[in-house]
Amino acid sequence: MKFGVVVFPGSNCDQDCFYVIKDVLRQSVKYIWHKDTDLDGLDCVILPGGFSYGDYLRTGAIARFSPVMKSIADFAEKGGTVIGICNGFQILLEAGLLPGVMLRNRDLHFICSYVYIKTENNDTRFTGLYNAGQILKIPIAHNEGNYYIDAAGLKELRDNNQIVFRYCSATGEVDDQFNPNGALDNIAGIINKKGNVLGMMPHPERSAEKELGSEDGYFIFQSIVKWLKI
Amino acid sequence: MLKAEVYITLKKTVADPQGLTIKHALESLGYKDLADVRIGKLVIIKLNFKDKIRAEKEINEMCKKLIANPIIEDYHFMIKEE
Amino acid sequence: MAKDIKNMVKPDVYHSLGLSDKEYQNITKILKRKPTNTELAMFSVEWSEHCGYLCSRKWLKLLPKTGKYKTLIGEDSGGIIIDGLAIIFKMESHNHPSQIEPKQGAATGVGGIIRDIFTAGARPIASLNSLRFGSLSQVYNKYLLSGVVNGIQFYGNCVGVPTVGGEIYFDESYSGNCLVNAMCIGIAKKEKLMRARASGKGNAIMYVGSSTGRDGIGGCSILASHEFKEGEEKRPTVQIGDPFTEKCLIEATLEAINTGYLVGIKDMGAAGLTCCTGEMASAGNSGMDVELRAVPRREENMEPWEIMMSESQERMLVCVKKGKEEQIKKIFLKWDLNASVIGRVTEDGLVTIRDNGKIVAQINAHSLTKAPIYDMPYRKPRYLRKLNKLKLSKIPDSKDYNKVLLKLLAAPSITNKAWVYQQYDHMVQTNTVVLPGSDAAVLRLPATKYGGSASGGKGTNKAIAATCDCNSRYCFLNPYRGAQIAVAEAARNLVCCGAHPAAVTDCLNFGNPKKPESFWQFKNCVEGIADACKSFNVAVVSGNVSFYNESPKSAINPTPAIGMIGILNDINKACSQNFKQEGDAIILLGYCRQDLGASEYLKEIHNLTKGDAPQLDLKLEQAVQKTCLEAIEKGLVNSAHDCSEGGLAVALAECCISNNDKVIGANVNKLNYDMRGDVLLFGESQSRIILSCNKDSVGKLRKIALEFKAPFYVIGKTGGRVLRILNDTEELIYLSLEDLNEEWSGSLKKKIEG
Repeated sequence: MKFGVVVFPGSNCDQDCFYVIKDVLRQSVKYIWHKDTDLDGLDCVILPGGFSYGDYLRTGAIARFSPVMKSIADFAEKGGTVIGICNGFQILLEAGLLPGVMLRNRDLHFICSYVYIKTENNDTRFTGLYNAGQILKIPIAHNEGNYYIDAAGLKELRDNNQIVFRYCSATGEVDDQFNPNGALDNIAGIINKKGNVLGMMPHPERSAEKELGSEDGYFIFQSIVKWLKI
Repeated sequence: MLKAEVYITLKKTVADPQGLTIKHALESLGYKDLADVRIGKLVIIKLNFKDKIRAEKEINEMCKKLIANPIIEDYHFMIKEE
Repeated sequence: MAKDIKNMVKPDVYHSLGLSDKEYQNITKILKRKPTNTELAMFSVEWSEHCGYLCSRKWLKLLPKTGKYKTLIGEDSGGIIIDGLAIIFKMESHNHPSQIEPKQGAATGVGGIIRDIFTAGARPIASLNSLRFGSLSQVYNKYLLSGVVNGIQFYGNCVGVPTVGGEIYFDESYSGNCLVNAMCIGIAKKEKLMRARASGKGNAIMYVGSSTGRDGIGGCSILASHEFKEGEEKRPTVQIGDPFTEKCLIEATLEAINTGYLVGIKDMGAAGLTCCTGEMASAGNSGMDVELRAVPRREENMEPWEIMMSESQERMLVCVKKGKEEQIKKIFLKWDLNASVIGRVTEDGLVTIRDNGKIVAQINAHSLTKAPIYDMPYRKPRYLRKLNKLKLSKIPDSKDYNKVLLKLLAAPSITNKAWVYQQYDHMVQTNTVVLPGSDAAVLRLPATKYGGSASGGKGTNKAIAATCDCNSRYCFLNPYRGAQIAVAEAARNLVCCGAHPAAVTDCLNFGNPKKPESFWQFKNCVEGIADACKSFNVAVVSGNVSFYNESPKSAINPTPAIGMIGILNDINKACSQNFKQEGDAIILLGYCRQDLGASEYLKEIHNLTKGDAPQLDLKLEQAVQKTCLEAIEKGLVNSAHDCSEGGLAVALAECCISNNDKVIGANVNKLNYDMRGDVLLFGESQSRIILSCNKDSVGKLRKIALEFKAPFYVIGKTGGRVLRILNDTEELIYLSLEDLNEEWSGSLKKKIEG
């Protein structure tokens, strides 16, 4: 299984993702510089968190034009597995590989904190190892996590089961009071129609080891490994 | 030389908490009868040519491609001679 | 030969640059002629208090440079070595810029200290900060706090270095002069460390990073070396931070260092190119010949002196082996950073600056960087004797201790700071094992990430703990003891998470050194730090001095902020402050004495800054700390928390509620002290730690305490939904966890956002 972690100027969770894949999952992984276009031999591409291009203009707006993004679009078109975490999710949205857009957090502050998310769809290659409705403790750290899409788009997401994670309480209650950033419909993560591209705001690479406070995020990566093996 | 002033604003349908916060701050400073406050961006692009038609076309493309996000933002621009 | 300028250098010219008549005469002696504009500017910044440490150097020599761990002391930072890994760290101030423009002042403070770390070759892995403001009842202080926090999150989050800890205090003395001290920790394999020096004739001097503008010109010598008179006018001299460029700089620099082609590297911090050229040449016992036309600039018509004094951010000077310039350039260009050769190393010991070939400055490097050392007069302030007297009989005992405790938990200096640290990414780099909210932050060091060795080859199981501490009220009332307490408390905080206190960085913030009372405070604080560090056998590996922290109203409290690193031998034994389960025994190590003086209680409830700093017995402190540490390492302890501001009652409350996910009450019914209720609950006696442990471990713990001769008392049991504290049979405190939490959790947000 070969993973690739994309590095944009300003990415800062690339090394964390690399470490998780290499040392925790013990899978083969390499860095992909944003100017490289060769994704040959890769089974899964990870767009990590951070502040690509400083989040200047709009978060992800400039990174989406990096040469690697065309290759990732082709890779996704052919069914390749892509996961965008936090800034990675924002880049996928700007690139149109996922529908919708990120706005500034409702409270206008950056928020770094553990949150709980509910697994709304465990029938994806990213969530296959979770039970339906399983509650995960995974941290967020972002300024723009307020997911927005128009009414028609939201209907489509719902109809196609594209909403993978929603913010919730420790006991699984989905409600505005447990929504840290104001995201529409408490959406924390979505997949594309084909089901091979996932975008999520929480950071699974930060909760893949017990030592750090939670290992709930580990199974997202492990689900990918399991799916790719079959 | 031409100078384009591009104004980007959030679409009316999108919530603008920054604008609202600023409105409240102004009100607490004593300013009354404020109808609304919205935040936007101004991007100034200086062009090394004088062809206004070319400028309009290219600035329009730039806005659509990069400078504005059509899902949540509107844009308009003015082109002046420098 | 440099051409003299036509006009004589008039006194008001060099005075406006901050140079005294004597200093100017010294300069003419060194040069053997009148200085050029550029040379004057260069001397004015190198010899400013901020860069030259004129008033402080004499006393800083007292600070110990060796300790129980192997120390490294470089030009701009220092550290210790553990298992082949170098841990480099330093704390620096950015007070005056933050008072004027809080967001950018704090941001550039964070950026500057991070640069000092990675230019040493260490990857920055954590930041901490020590902040002080005037009372939040004043709108401007709210604006400052919000701005500073915004600046730290703006820079720190983007640059990808987690902000894992710190402290925030509020005191009237900081109104008009806030303090922003930023600390950074980095890791490197010992062999990869770099020095800030230029040497080797013909080697290249390369400028890398952002282009040079007029930012901060004179910020250094004009701002930091003189008190505030007017705030608004100074705005243009504050620099703007660009964390995106800094992130790229970090990656490019570490890549460049890895090539082995770099001889030395230095951050262009305060006083920019002037400091870099002079100090790198001096440190390398060499000279350099620099052509300013090669300096990338973003403003037009900049004069040579402007380029030399500019404080534009995110720039560094690199000394590259001759012939390897293109390879190094390529690395920086990959990250879209300027990289241009602007000069060469010479052997003449001179810093030669040219503008289009013409020499505009030529100064002997050692002479430029060897600022005069001043022996400042000092005198104990007369008001202290009266202030130090505290008659308990004159302080009415509180009638309602519950109310007092709730008020203290809501006091800004004590209250929960989550509103602040949740704006900081404290998890990036996935090393933070103990998050903000406990006594110290703990960071793991996975061998696969950082190398390092331990027997067995799996790498080090060790971890680092870090904290910053200083109670400035103690320092105001008793500078010597207050500074000792700062060191002792930092060590105690580290010990409470299971770490051995290892080394110190200090950021010494004081008023005008030309005022003998202020200087007396500085001298005594330095002596206090030196004595305490020697007692704990920890070296002071780096640090910073910030003088002239005064507003028209008053000088700040003397504030020697101590940043301390500790080493955990086994990361699996890391401990935190909150109670973990019901039915645990609560143990107090240490003595409760009649120490009401200088307390937060006295200030918040009786509006008094009076008395003496609490007593400190370093032998007792060691005994308590050693007991705690050994007990944690043996796995006998479930939680450990030291008593500090607010005393025993606040510490117990924090043990109950500081983990939002699991709050647990306590029944503290075994205290039996012959003293007033308020003194027992809120007095700030030093050298006290509260432990909780399984019932069956009490005996073993008691044995350890006996071995180290630490006072040991079982004072109660965890459990229930209430905090209850009795003295003998008198119930002093009875509060529900909800009541405690309401005051402690939401207060800061309410005070700032309304």
